[in-house]
Amino acid sequence: MAESMAGGKQSLVDTVLSQTEDQQLRTTNVENEELIELDEGNLLAINENKTDTKDFKKKGENILLSLTRDATQALFNSLWKIPVEQKDGAYLITLPEQKTWMPREKPVPKKKAPTKWEEYAKSKGILNKKKSRMVWDDQSQQYKPRWGYNRANDDTKDWVIEVPDNADPFEDQFEKRKTAKKERVAKNELQRLRNVARTQKKKVPGIGLAPTEQPSKDHLSKALAVAHKSTASIGKFTDRLPKEKPSKFTGKKRKFEPSIGNLGNEKEKQLKVLDSVSKKVPTINVTKAANRMLRQDEEKRAQDKQSKKTPKKLKGRKASLGLGKPGRQGGGNKKTRGKRKR
Amino acid sequence: MQRIVKPKTQRGRRALEKKEPKIFENSKNALMFKGGNTSQTVTQILKDWHTLKKPNATLFSKKNATKPFEDQTSVEFFASKADSSLFMFGSHSKKRPHNIVIGRLFDGQVLDMVEFGVTNFTSLQDFKTLKAATGIKPCLVISGDFFEDSDDNRRIKNLLIDFFRGPTVEKVSLSGLEHVISITATNGKIYLRSYRILMKKSGSKVPRVELEAMGPAADLVLRRTRLASDDLFKRALKKSATAKPKKKKNISRDDLGNKLGRIHMKTQAFDKLQVRKVKGLKKRKAEQEVNGTENEMKKQKTEETAAT
Repeated sequence: MAESMAGGKQSLVDTVLSQTEDQQLRTTNVENEELIELDEGNLLAINENKTDTKDFKKKGENILLSLTRDATQALFNSLWKIPVEQKDGAYLITLPEQKTWMPREKPVPKKKAPTKWEEYAKSKGILNKKKSRMVWDDQSQQYKPRWGYNRANDDTKDWVIEVPDNADPFEDQFEKRKTAKKERVAKNELQRLRNVARTQKKKVPGIGLAPTEQPSKDHLSKALAVAHKSTASIGKFTDRLPKEKPSKFTGKKRKFEPSIGNLGNEKEKQLKVLDSVSKKVPTINVTKAANRMLRQDEEKRAQDKQSKKTPKKLKGRKASLGLGKPGRQGGGNKKTRGKRKR
Repeated sequence: MQRIVKPKTQRGRRALEKKEPKIFENSKNALMFKGGNTSQTVTQILKDWHTLKKPNATLFSKKNATKPFEDQTSVEFFASKADSSLFMFGSHSKKRPHNIVIGRLFDGQVLDMVEFGVTNFTSLQDFKTLKAATGIKPCLVISGDFFEDSDDNRRIKNLLIDFFRGPTVEKVSLSGLEHVISITATNGKIYLRSYRILMKKSGSKVPRVELEAMGPAADLVLRRTRLASDDLFKRALKKSATAKPKKKKNISRDDLGNKLGRIHMKTQAFDKLQVRKVKGLKKRKAEQEVNGTENEMKKQKTEETAAT
């Protein structure tokens, strides 16, 4: 009986001992856990404490292992506090924001500079309209993409083109379309490059004179202006034609006031007009009045002269003409007449 | 970024877009390359860390006779080619045997660079154990008061964290936490170890952590350093205004961590306030009648207006 008692005691001691050993093995507690700094966002644990260096040579690896184990355990203890979500059989946690910040790889991207059109559209309040991607194609009777492969209303696939009425019958209409497209692409590329240059604050040269099929009067005068300036001295010593008007194409742009905004200025202008109208005393343009007087005098004299000169036979015809427009008979050349009309 | 020459193909365009600066950046890519002369140790280190950091790493197999501390342009060039902003350079010479340079770049320029001598190296294969899966985010443990000694040491710590922390992720699988990298500084050396995590039952929800050396392991001695100036580093730390979370109004926290909210209300009508019902506050019958007749009159008025 005594023996059995002893045996029982022995087993009890064993179990208790093994239990405590087990607990020690299994425990998730960490010594000085509060001294370990955690950054869960980076899965990082930092232990700033001085490490024991006495017997590092002997047990170096073990010290490193235990240090790392403790820190990792501390990190795990904190990670397991984060609410878990289950997805595809895996337990996921959302990491909090990182505490230690690393430098960026590349600088923060700058905002894209607006193009000239974008600037203009903004000033005028023009908004982009969203176009649908698919368009009805009449020929194939179905919806097709607006652009790209197999696009709707593709004019490059035409096998016959009607020659317009006023076009040269020997002109290749296919070639014409192709060149027109090429020119549009080139123009777009040019505008893109000018926008790039503008954002980089470089001086942007003008396009100069683009060739056209039907040069207008404006085009010709522009060509003249360009030709004038196309010398080493930028046209400083170029001879002018007699009575040549100063060119409109000096490179300076006309400036208009904005159509919206600055209400005060507009109000002032309108009031000025109203004021001038409502004033009873009319403003006299002295030069204009003087000129008119002079002209009338001139006309009168001319009429008198002619009436003296005209033979009696033609008198009747003269009178009828005189009634219509007396100014026509007056002196002065064509130029001045034109001016007066205005 | 505005390009003068446009990419010709969509594929090329996409490749360039990938390299462009972004508001929310991708994980940093690391470039491993070696100098004109290398030892077996150094090549093995580069290879091992390449396998552990994959797929966010590029290994150059050919030799490149460059010296990052003498001339950093070639480092910048290689990094731009591989689109990586971290690098590990290995070389070996009589003056600096088993030499490793760990560095990082910002905006294509070398930001920080630290040189280490390697002793006591054991490679990944020499540990005959199971390895952690590649491409997972490792845990990182940094110990030792050395890293808090000075600003320079703090920067070195930051660099090492940057290099070894792995991909930046939002979510992590708990069972996927199986690798820990340990950096310990004592006795004038930096001990770089890497362990596999074994999760044991603990009787509670949190598992008991046990570690098993997985390699690579190396003892590093600090040699030369070149760290960025403070203002350049500060510029590199700058965050995009759009990336910052918007401040929530009217919510604050006090010193005890309690959440406080401020509510804006209309002015209260005290005459209509419902208070405790007491007999004395009850309206008398006569008053009620007067009020009642007034109300009726008002009603009639409104009806009249409605009729007209």
